Amino acid sequence: MTTPPLELSLPDASPGSLRRFLHGLPGVDEVGANARVASLGTRSIKNDAKAWAIDLAIRMVDLTTLEGMDTRGKVRAMCAKALRPDPTDATVPSVAAVCVYGDLVATAREVVGDRIHVAAVATAFPSGRSSLDVKLMDTRDAVAAGADEIDMVIDRGAFLSGDLALVHDEIVAVKEACGTAHLKVILETGELRTLDNVRRASWLAMLAGADFIKTSTGKVTPAATPPVTLVMLEAVRDFERATGRRIGVKAAGGIRTSKDAIKYLVLVNETVGDEWLTPDLFRFGASTLLNDLLLQRQRMASGHYSGPDYVTID
Amino acid sequence: MTDRVEVRKTYKLFVGGAFPRSESGRTYEVVAADGTFLANAAKGSRKDGRDAVLAARKGFGAWSAATAYNRGQVLYRVAEIMEGRSAQFASDVMAAEGLDTEAAARQVEAAIDRWVWYAGWTDKLAQVLGSANQVAGPYFNFSVPEPTGVVVAVAPQDSSLLGLVSVIAPIVATGSTVIVIASTARPLPAITLTEALATSDVPGGVINVLTGDPAEIMPWLASHADVNALDLTGVTDADLAVTLEREAAGTVKRVRGPQADHDWYATPSLSRLRSFVETKTVWHPMGT
Repeated sequence: MTTPPLELSLPDASPGSLRRFLHGLPGVDEVGANARVASLGTRSIKNDAKAWAIDLAIRMVDLTTLEGMDTRGKVRAMCAKALRPDPTDATVPSVAAVCVYGDLVATAREVVGDRIHVAAVATAFPSGRSSLDVKLMDTRDAVAAGADEIDMVIDRGAFLSGDLALVHDEIVAVKEACGTAHLKVILETGELRTLDNVRRASWLAMLAGADFIKTSTGKVTPAATPPVTLVMLEAVRDFERATGRRIGVKAAGGIRTSKDAIKYLVLVNETVGDEWLTPDLFRFGASTLLNDLLLQRQRMASGHYSGPDYVTID
Repeated sequence: MTDRVEVRKTYKLFVGGAFPRSESGRTYEVVAADGTFLANAAKGSRKDGRDAVLAARKGFGAWSAATAYNRGQVLYRVAEIMEGRSAQFASDVMAAEGLDTEAAARQVEAAIDRWVWYAGWTDKLAQVLGSANQVAGPYFNFSVPEPTGVVVAVAPQDSSLLGLVSVIAPIVATGSTVIVIASTARPLPAITLTEALATSDVPGGVINVLTGDPAEIMPWLASHADVNALDLTGVTDADLAVTLEREAAGTVKRVRGPQADHDWYATPSLSRLRSFVETKTVWHPMGT
């Protein structure tokens, strides 16, 4: 997709300039966003295109377990599944990454080696309520244990009370603590209330140096929704036009069926173009989605509907 | 009264306790025995079948875990609700099968009685089909019937209400959940039954009713890996029945074959209840 560069005067680091820029962004037409998503959702993706989309979606999955009851055994099993999602079919690709809490990074890395990425949630996930020092320690800890992607949460309290500079500086500091690891910034859109806020938070995160912007922690309802993802994709598109930098988007939480996943892929293709249809620039944060993708894949391979008895329980 | 605008009816499917339109958007005309137009019914597709399997699987957990006594109460409640709407059932059956008033009323009564009959069996079946087995060792050894799972049934084509009830009641009585394809030419009594079921205590997903052509939908459900058994009672095409049995073999489903020209008024045996249960045998050490 060739789009002309966007003439924007980006803010400098001063709080006033940041505030003026973010509040100067055009408002989001919520009805329009919903209508756009609904109309794209009616696209029919069948046969070869569907098979391609399912394999792409599998390659885009960040296979996730973020529970208090996670054990090392469960993480090992999940990592094995991430490498080889369907043991009965060697043509199924590996997923993009596994996503775990910081203390389980080493366990995950042991199993996956350098074959796929290991993402760790850090910065007092999921609430983000702790001091900056603790957040930075949390991040360095995960990186030292072998994480090459860090999923950080923004301070929603500060964002909603208008302290944008604080949120910005925190992201900059965490990005620095990441070193070479990729930084995904979780906006937790379910708590941001409006699409205008989602657009502002997306720009804020990108300006502060995020490599990815991510919808949700998965701990808050609503998590990822198509309109929210659309707004984030538009922000990413405009950011590239203004700066030339490509930022990834990760839709996490609430995406459970292949049909939904394919709708997201259509949204990506129609908003930012097919350059974004790669695991480097678009991800699904999910646990149950993978099983549904596998069921659909089995259905296409065998010609009959498959059932939950034919994939692993996780 | 003659000035009223006619209320034309287009009915929908019954899946997971809700009334969705067919995913395909198709409908077909339902005519009475004398050829007059009655209503439009949804023409279910394979995707409706797939959705119904998801709903039935979702409903299976709680329904199979409910106590047999509770299931009996729920089934009895269906009979109660049907009793209150017996006039509507009778007129549906009359139009569909071309019966006189008396014969239609007799069929509705028999259908209601059939629910009561199977409701009574829910908490007595284990005593008849199960057993305490003698074994050469210090063990208690029991065999108990457990529900098979998700069952897909084709309702009889001729007996539009009694035949339908006689097929679905024994399946749900033992704790399985059912997707039934109603009589293609005579679906209206089945549709009225779904309206009764929606206000009864039967949980969503336990009984799912599709209308349409079994020859179109059944092959997909026969090969569906998440379906545990088939009841082909209403399949009239012998070749189709063979095809379905062959498809079912791929995932070792239980299959109950077609049953044409059956006298549905006869008191049932336990045969249908026995068709959709699995026997579990438990060994338990004595004295501990």
